Amino acid sequence: MLPRPDDIDAWRDAARALAMADVAPADIVWRVEGEGGDLFGTAATPRPTPTAPAFAVPRRFVDLAQSVILHRDPERFALLYTMLCRLKDDPARIDDESDPLRRRLDLLAKEVRRDIHKMRAFVRFREVEDADGERFVAFFEPEHHIVRANAGFFLHRFATMRWSILTPELSIHWDGTTLTEAPGATRADAPGDDPVEALWKGYYASIFNPARLKVDMMVKEMPRRYWANMPETALIPGLIAGARAREIAMVEHTAPRGDGATAWEKLREEASHCTRCPLHKCATQTVFGEGPIDADLMFVGEQPGDQEDLAGKPFVGPAGQLFDRAMADAGVDRARAYVTNAVKHFKYEQRGKRRIHSKPNAGEVKACRWWIDQERRIVRPKRIILLGTTAVHSLTGKAQSLVSVRDRVLDVGDGATARATVHPSYLLRLPDREQAEVEYARFVEDLAAAARL
Amino acid sequence: MAQLDTRQKLEILADAAKYDASCASSGTAKRDSAGKAKGIGSTEGMGICHAYAPDGRCISLLKILLTNSCIFDCHYCINRKSSNVRRARFTAKEVVDLTLAFYRRNYIEGLFLSSGIIRSSDYTMEQLVEVARSLREDHQFRGYIHLKTIPDADPRLIEAAGRHADRLSINVELPTDPGLARLAPEKSASGIRAAMGGMKAAIEDGHDAKKRYRSAPAFAPAGQSTQMIVGADAANDSDIVRTAATLYDRYALRRVYYSAFSPIPDASAVLPLSRPPLMREHRLYQSDWLMRFYGYKPAEVAAATDDAGMLPLDIDPKLAWALKYRDAFPLDVNRAPREALLRVPGLGVKAVDAILVSRKWRRLSLADVGRLTVSIAKIRPFIVASDWRPTALIDRLDLKPRIKREQLELFAA
Ligand code: SF4
Repeated sequence: MLPRPDDIDAWRDAARALAMADVAPADIVWRVEGEGGDLFGTAATPRPTPTAPAFAVPRRFVDLAQSVILHRDPERFALLYTMLCRLKDDPARIDDESDPLRRRLDLLAKEVRRDIHKMRAFVRFREVEDADGERFVAFFEPEHHIVRANAGFFLHRFATMRWSILTPELSIHWDGTTLTEAPGATRADAPGDDPVEALWKGYYASIFNPARLKVDMMVKEMPRRYWANMPETALIPGLIAGARAREIAMVEHTAPRGDGATAWEKLREEASHCTRCPLHKCATQTVFGEGPIDADLMFVGEQPGDQEDLAGKPFVGPAGQLFDRAMADAGVDRARAYVTNAVKHFKYEQRGKRRIHSKPNAGEVKACRWWIDQERRIVRPKRIILLGTTAVHSLTGKAQSLVSVRDRVLDVGDGATARATVHPSYLLRLPDREQAEVEYARFVEDLAAAARL
Repeated sequence: MAQLDTRQKLEILADAAKYDASCASSGTAKRDSAGKAKGIGSTEGMGICHAYAPDGRCISLLKILLTNSCIFDCHYCINRKSSNVRRARFTAKEVVDLTLAFYRRNYIEGLFLSSGIIRSSDYTMEQLVEVARSLREDHQFRGYIHLKTIPDADPRLIEAAGRHADRLSINVELPTDPGLARLAPEKSASGIRAAMGGMKAAIEDGHDAKKRYRSAPAFAPAGQSTQMIVGADAANDSDIVRTAATLYDRYALRRVYYSAFSPIPDASAVLPLSRPPLMREHRLYQSDWLMRFYGYKPAEVAAATDDAGMLPLDIDPKLAWALKYRDAFPLDVNRAPREALLRVPGLGVKAVDAILVSRKWRRLSLADVGRLTVSIAKIRPFIVASDWRPTALIDRLDLKPRIKREQLELFAA
């Protein structure tokens, strides 16, 4: 029979005596005064006489027991006693962390520590005036028998304040010099309001960023069982419900304003230092897009070639010249289009003196997409024409054959419509003249159609 | 314009502070008010999160700006000069009173104060220091104080800040210099680094002085930290990890915080407008852990990135590393050294230490290891135990769990 549920000293005395009398764990019924039923009779059995000599237990066990005893699990006394009996014969066993009993005790201790920590965090004082001036009163419902053990924290922190913490099991009061205990209380015994609470709630609602909603995480750290005594938690449903709308408003109000030309200049400057993929190492320079930054029409090619790499401008080599001619034949004004590439650095293989173009891989395309996305945000073209599979891959995020996408309108987000056609360099590589002419005509047709879209 | 009341100001100036991630209250000197005639507050080794917001982030400090007016025009910042937001300004006394009122009710661990730059860097810094001074000297406040310092403020002001605050921080803002040049044209990367260097020296001097004279005033006992914004410039994850490693190394930072760039009202045209890359931010924090607690070198974290230099979003960086270096596994839990065990995906520092203690007692079986960890399933393919040897499991590709839908949605544009 123990006088209080968290009385470590009483338990220790009893356990020590029992262990010294070699009483087996199974032969003990642990009870706390005033708790539980009367299954085995009321009278506490007198302490047995010791048959074994006194013994010492490791410090680590004492620490563990001090936490475990505060748990509300009625088995805790018996578990600790079993452990004690084992340690009597072999004290070093306390260090066997993978032992199931040790593990069980560790978990109980951990739950207690967590509850202690949560009490330190979630106690909310309300200010009241009494004859002696201001006093701070809180109501809190701990999960375990931790209140007494936790008083020290509040004493150290709020030493110069007068305060009370009321809990269902017991209340503690501090008057600035002494700590007193009183019986348990209900929420109704605590003050109902505090004017500062409105400020606190205002703070709570404002410091939360609706674009980052992570409710699970919140509930994991602030379990609902503590919510009833925390004023700010009343706001949570509303904050969650409104979050998506607030986020959308944030994004919508954020339709980019300001000076697009400056933004573009700066972006281009930043791109000239890009190291997002290894291609920057061998190329001469970043070849950024070009054209009016309010263009309706955007062309996206694959990557700069040998001449573009040297000139620092897109579409100036043979393929660019062919592109110019096709644009003229299609009746589209190149000067009014924004022209850029999916990948901004020249990738090549050195063969003798010549640098032979080689196709960017998926990683490079993905890395470089950051730039094209930024360009699109500034230019905001209504129509985008993807020249070749690399461009398709970049903007749709999927590697697809040209045949499968050529006659479709593609979704590239943003409300822009996109169409795909061949890259002009493909036309240059066709050996068969007749076929080249057919393909060229189709290319011109595609350009004209896309420009009309 | 009508005068704003305290609540309105608080809401404006907290709202303006919500984008800063560098808010923690741990690692400072222990203090308390027991037996003191005046004053309030205490600090322990570990800070306390007094509440959690629906964004999952902990609220441990009153985190506000002194003012959200600013003479600078940094594009990623809601408070920049050209932004159209409502402005407010607290007096030093108002901040002091609010901090104390909140602290007394056990809402917070202390104050994290930062500010837009008004008039001049020195003027602004003076105001910040005045708040901290008043809390410490006039009110004997012993709770936590974190001040965000202005890089080019007078060193004497920084010195005063360090005497009152537990932690000081200077934001590097962006992981790359070109990113900073584009998005914060008035800030200078070298100026920020110089200020961090100065701070490091001051903190070290403080430590030395403390060793020699116990009465020497402490200087920022919780050290310095910084924050960088992720997703607003072109930096990839290996750039970011490298930058962070250099910062830890060179300026002895306690923490580098990452803040996924989130849309801000009235954004500048220079910025990406997608949802904040939260999963990416999370992976970067995990990689930070790997470096700080698990002995990974920055280059090793970088080795876990894909060819675009990005950490995978569907699996954590430790698993990504392990899958790339499969021949380092399986490891025998009964024999492998600590450093090696720390590389097993799913084994945390605590579990590894528990294994090391336990194996003095017995040869560990799979069940033994299971009791020391959260879940054995993830670990199994990478370890050998007394009754367990993975049979070529490690070569199977399905170790990589399928990407969960919610995760995808987190970073969908
Ligand atoms: S190819 Fe693109 S991603 Fe790669 S370094 Fe060049 S600009 Fe950067």
